[in-house]
Amino acid sequence: MNRRDSLKALGLIAAGSAAVLSTNSCDSKTGNSTATVDTNDKLPGVQDFEYERTKKLQEEVYFDNHEMATIAVLADIIIPKDDNSPSATEVGVPDFIEFIVKDLPTYKLPMRGGLKWLDIHAQKRFKNVFIKCSDQEMISIVDEIAYPKKAKPEVSQGVSFFNTMRDLTASGYYTTKEGITEMGYVGNRPGVWTGVPEDIWKVHGFASNEG
Amino acid sequence: MSTFQIIEESTVYDAVVVGSGAGGGMAGYILANAGLKVLMLEAGPFFDPAKDALQMRWPWESPRRGASTTRHFGDFDAAFGGWQLEGEPYTHEKGTEFDWFRSRMLGGRTNHWGRISLRMGPDDFKPKDGLTDEWPITYDEVKPFYDRIDRMIGIYGTVEGIHNEPDGIYLKPPKPRLNELYIRKAGQKAGVPVIAGRGSVLTEALPGNKDRGICFYCGQCNRSCKVYGDFSSSSCLVIPAMKTGNLTVIDNAMVREVLTNDEGLATGVSYVNTKDMKEYSVKGKTVILGASACESARLMLNSKSASHPGGIGNSSGLVGKYLHDSTGAGLGGFLPQLLDRKRYNEDGVGSVHIYSPWWQGDKKLDFARGYHIEYWGGMGMPSFGSFHGIQNYNHLVPKADGTSSESGGYGAALKQDYKRFYGASVGMDGRGTAIARKENYCEIDPNKVDKFGIPVLKFNYKWSNEEVLQAKHMMETFQEIMHNMGAIITSAIPGADTKYGLETPGKIIHEGGTTRMGNDPKTSVLNKWGQAHDCKNLYVVDAGPFVQQGDKNLTWTILALSMRTSEYILQEKNKLNS
Repeated sequence: MNRRDSLKALGLIAAGSAAVLSTNSCDSKTGNSTATVDTNDKLPGVQDFEYERTKKLQEEVYFDNHEMATIAVLADIIIPKDDNSPSATEVGVPDFIEFIVKDLPTYKLPMRGGLKWLDIHAQKRFKNVFIKCSDQEMISIVDEIAYPKKAKPEVSQGVSFFNTMRDLTASGYYTTKEGITEMGYVGNRPGVWTGVPEDIWKVHGFASNEG
Repeated sequence: MSTFQIIEESTVYDAVVVGSGAGGGMAGYILANAGLKVLMLEAGPFFDPAKDALQMRWPWESPRRGASTTRHFGDFDAAFGGWQLEGEPYTHEKGTEFDWFRSRMLGGRTNHWGRISLRMGPDDFKPKDGLTDEWPITYDEVKPFYDRIDRMIGIYGTVEGIHNEPDGIYLKPPKPRLNELYIRKAGQKAGVPVIAGRGSVLTEALPGNKDRGICFYCGQCNRSCKVYGDFSSSSCLVIPAMKTGNLTVIDNAMVREVLTNDEGLATGVSYVNTKDMKEYSVKGKTVILGASACESARLMLNSKSASHPGGIGNSSGLVGKYLHDSTGAGLGGFLPQLLDRKRYNEDGVGSVHIYSPWWQGDKKLDFARGYHIEYWGGMGMPSFGSFHGIQNYNHLVPKADGTSSESGGYGAALKQDYKRFYGASVGMDGRGTAIARKENYCEIDPNKVDKFGIPVLKFNYKWSNEEVLQAKHMMETFQEIMHNMGAIITSAIPGADTKYGLETPGKIIHEGGTTRMGNDPKTSVLNKWGQAHDCKNLYVVDAGPFVQQGDKNLTWTILALSMRTSEYILQEKNKLNS
């Protein structure tokens, strides 16, 4: 089998895999946001117990509406929209967080407790739960807990929570089609690796693509 | 179950093979192609990478975005199984540790392995330091089989002429990635050679083979390959062998015992169907175990009869003994010169592009033998966890405009930092020789059975000073290489209190030695052909027969030895027939 046959076989086999043969990372001709990708389909190669487990988790509800609203606000503070890319909520990060804490339950308590800590802290400072605070008030709370090296010891639990929230937001965001485009990952497509491009190895001071 | 019935199949196969990984797969392939009627039993389900690989899937196609919740190496990885299997426990002697990875599927662990395909060298078969027993065979005796495996399966690499790192017959290796150019330079400065990797991936067409595709550089070998561009036992051995019409595969068949007659010869095996929980027995003139080193030992120890009171083939009492995994330790960080790097596709192949073979020969150090180094880093596919913990490093290097980030953060500046650090990661892992010791073993736990009622394994394994000091040496070497290329180390540098980062035994998934070969039936389980001293028609073809593995990942040697054993079986049959 030559390489062209390989790719042909792959293209036929992987037809269900979105954009697998797309050559342009910005290509989104389906127009679908990844937030709406249906992960309910059982892919070949997924074990029965995995499929059943995922389905069960998707039917469960962990966070209540208030918690979800708080997660959404925090997610967009962590990853806001800019000229080139959408915000965290625009690509469904809160729904991902709802799923992942059920999938990896060690996240449940730190997230639920952390959200509660945040509301109590906001209540103390501004007489309101976090999401009822003004934008300016919310940012002043986030500034207290978003910078581990300079945060005050009395908000250390808030720092831990925000670290977790930042991690889960980044995981949820940069694994979407939009997030991957924003990051600039251009792999996961058939091709031929011929070594470091010439302009790159030259800039880095190597004599050739062999070093 | 109101009545207990064993469903006996009347067919007498020429050979019954237990397990479908590298060892079992090769035995099935050789024997079926030679015209023998072969039955292969696999504890897990059928798996064909062409249909079942999750290759080319994007992270958003996984609800957990590739997290390793149900698969240790990520949601798209091609290992059905892991360190713990539901209803199939194993236990430990107090104060000892061993982690046992099991893949239950056609092809076993060869579906997800790193495809790093190293030959053991002359000194690995006949060590000069006297610390471990010699193999009953030499490198020169195994070399023709390595050569044939290279040609049959395909492997890339470069001819280097290193004494104890024998060269093979190679396809062209992939070029280094950018971080790998830095690593090579840094290694040279530290006196550590960095050469092209040796991986079983088809970077070129395999002469004479029309069924396998060429690598298209997605870097996802661990998901198994839909075009069969890399080696999996499922795609390259078992499925082709089935096409001969001589190999029958029964999946979801967990073997319970090797059955014997009054003379103590093997007559077949009994197994439980894991789906309907019914009991079966099948007959074979020869029984070949390739269930994995520990699973084959377990099966032998559980196969007790009047002629084999201590378990089949265990008159030496050595089945399960001399268990050894590779050592492993690693270090990671990032290269500041790769921050804000230009994007391009550097997925490359899914095996290693470069590695460092052990470079000190048999030089006297404060530990025995040596290790090789595998490297990682670059612009990989984002997945769950790829960007976690940025607060631990985003303040360490000033931005292009000279300002510094605060540790952590949020918003536009954070978004910029995620992009700034993407692809700058670099790191390395050592894989070294752990000494095979009689004192490190698995045995049958007298008090526990699995969900099938099969007695389970109890592990008894402790690292010695040799392995700990080797890990210390790794850490010193890794730091020097990282320093030489100006990398910033972000992982903790482990000290004596954590055995210098030495991984728990079993973690490298290179376990072997449990049914070792040798010339003396009192000090070995198998003869030099992999045939049980006590049972002439019982063979073992996984990593159990290894007397002592080198620092080389063991799959290529399993394949070579299984091919050798299988051809010995054919010769013996021909002798009987002539």
